[in-house]
Amino acid sequence: MTQIFQRAWVGKGLILLLMALTLLPFLSLFTAALAPGGTYPSGIAWPEAPQWNNFVRAFEVADIGRMMVSSLIIVLGVVPLAVVIASMAGFALAKLVPTGRKWLYLVFVLGLTLPFESIITPLYYEIRALGLLNTRFAIILPLLGLYMPFSVYWMRAHFINVPQDLSEAAQLDGAGYWREFWYVQIPLARSSIMSLSILLFLWTWNQFLLPIVLVQDPAKRTMAGALGAFQGQWGTDVPLLSAGSLIIMAPTIIIFLIFQRQFVAALLQGAVKG
Amino acid sequence: MTVYKTEKKVQRLSPFRGGLNANRAAWLFIAPAFFFYGAFVLLPMAMSAYYSLLNWDGIGAASFVGLTNYITVVTDDDLLQIIANAFRLILYFTVLPVIVGLAVASVIRNQMSGRFGTVTRTVLFIPQVIPLVAAGIVWSWMYDSNGVINQLLGFIGLENWTRGWLGDFTYALPAVGLIGTWVLLGLCMLLLVTGISRIDASLYEAAKMDGANAWHEFRHITLPGLRQEIGVCVTVTIIQALSSFDIVYVATSGGPGIETMVPGLEIYRLAFAHREVGLASALGVVLMLLVLLIVIPVQWFTREKQ
Repeated sequence: MTQIFQRAWVGKGLILLLMALTLLPFLSLFTAALAPGGTYPSGIAWPEAPQWNNFVRAFEVADIGRMMVSSLIIVLGVVPLAVVIASMAGFALAKLVPTGRKWLYLVFVLGLTLPFESIITPLYYEIRALGLLNTRFAIILPLLGLYMPFSVYWMRAHFINVPQDLSEAAQLDGAGYWREFWYVQIPLARSSIMSLSILLFLWTWNQFLLPIVLVQDPAKRTMAGALGAFQGQWGTDVPLLSAGSLIIMAPTIIIFLIFQRQFVAALLQGAVKG
Repeated sequence: MTVYKTEKKVQRLSPFRGGLNANRAAWLFIAPAFFFYGAFVLLPMAMSAYYSLLNWDGIGAASFVGLTNYITVVTDDDLLQIIANAFRLILYFTVLPVIVGLAVASVIRNQMSGRFGTVTRTVLFIPQVIPLVAAGIVWSWMYDSNGVINQLLGFIGLENWTRGWLGDFTYALPAVGLIGTWVLLGLCMLLLVTGISRIDASLYEAAKMDGANAWHEFRHITLPGLRQEIGVCVTVTIIQALSSFDIVYVATSGGPGIETMVPGLEIYRLAFAHREVGLASALGVVLMLLVLLIVIPVQWFTREKQ
């Protein structure tokens, strides 16, 4: 018995230590954000006169309001459409058995491990040829393509486990493939779609490479891309940079805390299926 | 109307239902996804392969140089070191999180339920949720000569160990690597803890009856039981290590020298700062192949045998 108790305490201690290590950097950033602007604060030290004003200043300097709107537009341009077209393709690959399905599926899955950097160079010239550099389409369109391997894989994995009887029942009722998809299959796929949407939201919001290569204006980038620009510009003013970084991280962390259960489930499943 | 409906029903129920009709419908359903995938992934992949055979500055005329760029990638000392750096990162992105994750998982086994479990999961997942750029910024500050790491070292009397970690030729790469450990540890740990809770508890009890010690328990029950989860952790983290970009860009930009330069960042630098589009594309193709070459065997070894 004592052995089991000991083990429980060692485990709890280990976890508390890891939690502390996870949070320590944020705490350090927070105290640095409260130091007087333009000074060089040190590690973790509560400043004598906390400058809460730094947060206001960072918000204005980085134009964070506009950055959030921009990120939101990009997310809205990517996530719903990606989810719908990936569901359609996943459904077709699982249930409609097109000829050449094996090859088609393989072609999609091939993209699962593709590092974005491997195609960033031609992507730049392609987007330039389309005249879309420096627009939000330069981020939205490539992401729609880049998300397809994972999204199609994910939705197919869901549809393949839906009993075939369901399709047959729907078709006996006279529903065509399109009606069956929208009114029978999609409502049943709600939890898979929810998880996929969460993952795509996170990946889009945090996407960094595409914005810095394809969009010059930070006000048209994603949050992460804008943070890169902010660091480039204000990297030497530690308190301001710290305050700005915290504000830029805040929305994801807040949304994460609200939907904590769904996020953790999505990320764990996402890793397993990916 | 009624006649038409009946006809349709008959048609659907006939053995040909899955024939041409379904096939055409399937292709229509797949078309939109395939369009975006084709236009913004497959086409650039083909263009990458084509560019990699050129000597091109992105502006003027391009000349065909065959495999010269690939030969440069596999013979140039700097580029080889850059590729080696990516492999060194695997130690921090993959090996450390998996080992620590396994250790913690096998110690705590079934302790992750209840409120404590929820809080733990939430906290350990925060690094997964924030942008990698933010992780880079947070840790640049931790490693700063005025940062927490040096503060702690001073506190325990190791003043002469303090330094600007990210600017140090010896320690920059481990420092960058440990940022990856920080980001990925929570994910790996929770995957492994979830996996271990699925292992039949009676196996452990039987082992105890047989007088197995903790090591035997780990070696013969935990490790085989977690085969699939370990495979997932290794796959995900290796991809992150080999294609790392955000963290390095923000924390060190590849410096000092090329101590922390990685292929992803080098592609960016070659293509957009040095205008060596051909060489950048060749490195891109090599990177893509390297990832596949490493991930496929990992998947193969850790797949559950059926």
